Amino acid sequence: MITDPLVETQTRDLSANPVVISVEGLKKSFNIPLHRVESFKERTVHPLRKTEYRELKALDGIDFEVRKGEFFGIVGRNGSGKSTLLKILASIYRADAGSVKMAGRLAPFIELGVGFNHDLTAHDNVIMNGVMMGLSRQEAAARLDRVVEFAELDDFKELKLKNYSSGMLVRLAFSLMIQADADIMLIDEVLAVGDASFQQKCADVFNRMRDAGKTIVLVTHDMAAVESFCDRAMLIEGGHIVEAGEPRAVARAYLKLNFDAETPRESTLGFHEEGEIEDDFIPGVDIQARLIDSWLENEEGKRVTNVEIGDPLRLNVQIQALRDLNRPLFTFQINDAKHTQVTGFNQTLEVDGPGDVIREGERVTISGEVVNRLTPGRYLLTCWVNRNRESSERVIQGIKLFEFVVYGMKRTPGLVEAEADLDVKVSLEDD
Amino acid sequence: MTDGSPTAAAPASGGPDPGLQEVTGPSALGGGWRRSRDLLYLIAVNDFKKTYFDTVLGYVWSLFRPLILFAVLLFVFTQIFRIGDDVPHYPVMLLFNIVVFTFFQEATLAAVTSVVAQEGVVRKTQFPRLVIPLAVVLTALFNFGVNLVVVLVFLLASGVPVEWTWLFFPFIVAILTVITVAVSLLVSALFVRFRDVGIIWGVLATALFYATPVLYPIEVVPERFHEIVLINPLTPIFIELRHLVIDNSAPTALDAAGGWLGLLPAFLITVALCLIAAKVFSREAPRIAEEL
Ligand SMILES: Nc1ncnc2c1ncn2[C@@H]1O[C@H](COP(=O)(O)OP(=O)(O)O)[C@@H](O)[C@H]1O
Ligand SMILES: [Mg+2]
Repeated sequence: MITDPLVETQTRDLSANPVVISVEGLKKSFNIPLHRVESFKERTVHPLRKTEYRELKALDGIDFEVRKGEFFGIVGRNGSGKSTLLKILASIYRADAGSVKMAGRLAPFIELGVGFNHDLTAHDNVIMNGVMMGLSRQEAAARLDRVVEFAELDDFKELKLKNYSSGMLVRLAFSLMIQADADIMLIDEVLAVGDASFQQKCADVFNRMRDAGKTIVLVTHDMAAVESFCDRAMLIEGGHIVEAGEPRAVARAYLKLNFDAETPRESTLGFHEEGEIEDDFIPGVDIQARLIDSWLENEEGKRVTNVEIGDPLRLNVQIQALRDLNRPLFTFQINDAKHTQVTGFNQTLEVDGPGDVIREGERVTISGEVVNRLTPGRYLLTCWVNRNRESSERVIQGIKLFEFVVYGMKRTPGLVEAEADLDVKVSLEDD
Repeated sequence: MTDGSPTAAAPASGGPDPGLQEVTGPSALGGGWRRSRDLLYLIAVNDFKKTYFDTVLGYVWSLFRPLILFAVLLFVFTQIFRIGDDVPHYPVMLLFNIVVFTFFQEATLAAVTSVVAQEGVVRKTQFPRLVIPLAVVLTALFNFGVNLVVVLVFLLASGVPVEWTWLFFPFIVAILTVITVAVSLLVSALFVRFRDVGIIWGVLATALFYATPVLYPIEVVPERFHEIVLINPLTPIFIELRHLVIDNSAPTALDAAGGWLGLLPAFLITVALCLIAAKVFSREAPRIAEEL
């Protein structure tokens, strides 16, 4: 999506508008067979075996309301139930419990499509779709030209859809949805596909719809889009609403949820296990220190593996000396996913003179905050232990501490965020 | 709301829209009569176009199957078994019966996979599911109509007299269409969950072809089997059609059944079939999209 993340949405006050979508206590489960029994043959072979089902609660008590003219975002991870929710709103699935009320004509755009018959031409599909949406055949035929024109498919309208590329299909579907001139639009993940120019077109359309006072429910993974288009949003996870309201807060919660769920080990960058000793320590020297524990904390002191962009790294490291360390120096190094060293910092014991020693077996705890100017991405933190830092006897041992993720909505190019406070002044040439 | 999870209730102020209506989910029917009619028409026309314009020989194919069948069966029953020898207008009757039965068979066999074949549309749009199998029957009716023109030419050419009883033909076809629709609904709904229905119905339809007086007139069936043959709801239809269209001296369904009571089983089966089909289809319709 081409949106400028720095442009803030001007907040609109829509609270006087009537509620046009009202969902209360909505529940939907699917029975997932443990053994797929689809044929009579299987039934004859195991006539007595009862098909066992696992109940999958795709939606487990969803309540929300959308006002007329609102741009309402729904975000959530894959499988969280977003498409199921839209399908119930669009009367494609039937809810198990709860009530759904809606006012006005609806145009759904579910899972990248509006329901095509691929054996028919674009022309026939446009007519068919129009009739399904409630237009008469004449009205449906009348909008054909507008639809293919917006989709830039004039030359292909008599081509069967099975010969369309996926990009052409999405364009046709999106165009159909827009030209349906409905009061409420349900849009599921349109932004995930299409080239840059199509995405720009979507963005233009969204802005136009906003201005025209259309009600739109938008499912997307693009948090920049949520922030720039939506008036309100909600985050669903495992069939529950876990956050609702301000798009910014919801987007943030989504990103946090996404990264919290990932265990760093699963997606290791090819680094070693935590605490493992770096390969390139100088051989023939006793190992001098052992990692006991290391972690990042959030403000409440809870351990985290992700840090929001700009939040300080609250670092904690416990190391045990395996031999006497005279005048030690701890150097920390941050590498990004491409193994590029992004930055580093170091720390000595806070004593001067002869006390600057860690005895064998003693534990050191290093903790504090590090200013974080990292851009979103995955990073590895290593600690290098230096003995006798000024002497020639520089014995170094590297210890992998942990991987962490910096997340956020801003898209800063490069490795670090710059803090700029610039003035721009215009002046005449010979001022 | 009870477990204290967040809800996205809109900030209070403006009330609900007066047009707020309960959304009840997908169903077999509903969503406006005009829309259903237009959809039915469009799906049927598209299917019709597909068979007529997408193939080189177009219409010839839809006559091809009944004609080949006719040629072979005519040979078998006039040259080998000689059933047809004593039957007035046997070749015409055979062609006529085959064309009528083809309507029933073509519609119901196409109906089996129809809902699944429209998967792309069913999964993404809300519309009365009933129109899919109905459109299949409608397409078969188009074909039937066109084939009847050929039969008519044949009828007149072989000297079958034009009778006023031909006027009853549409009524009998209406009854046949009701049965065809009922079977189509049943098999299309069941096929979504049980794919074996396709095979089972294929076998049953072939069996019915022989169990119904299509190839033979009812009077060659030994009297003691009449009761059994007449359980099949299609039997009275074919007996009656022959009487009305081909040969006024042939027995009516009532004659063959020996009174109204003899027609009762076929009647009850037809009613039961319709009720079951309606029930099964409306039960399955809301779940078709999620079970595909
Ligand atoms: N027709 C279906 N039959 C069985 N399970 C389904 C069906 N549709 C969705 N699900 C399940 O419901 C859950 C939610 O799916 P979905 O709404 O598509 O998620 P999302 O769109 O948020 O990625 C998933 O676990 C999915 O497997
Ligand atoms: Mg989805």
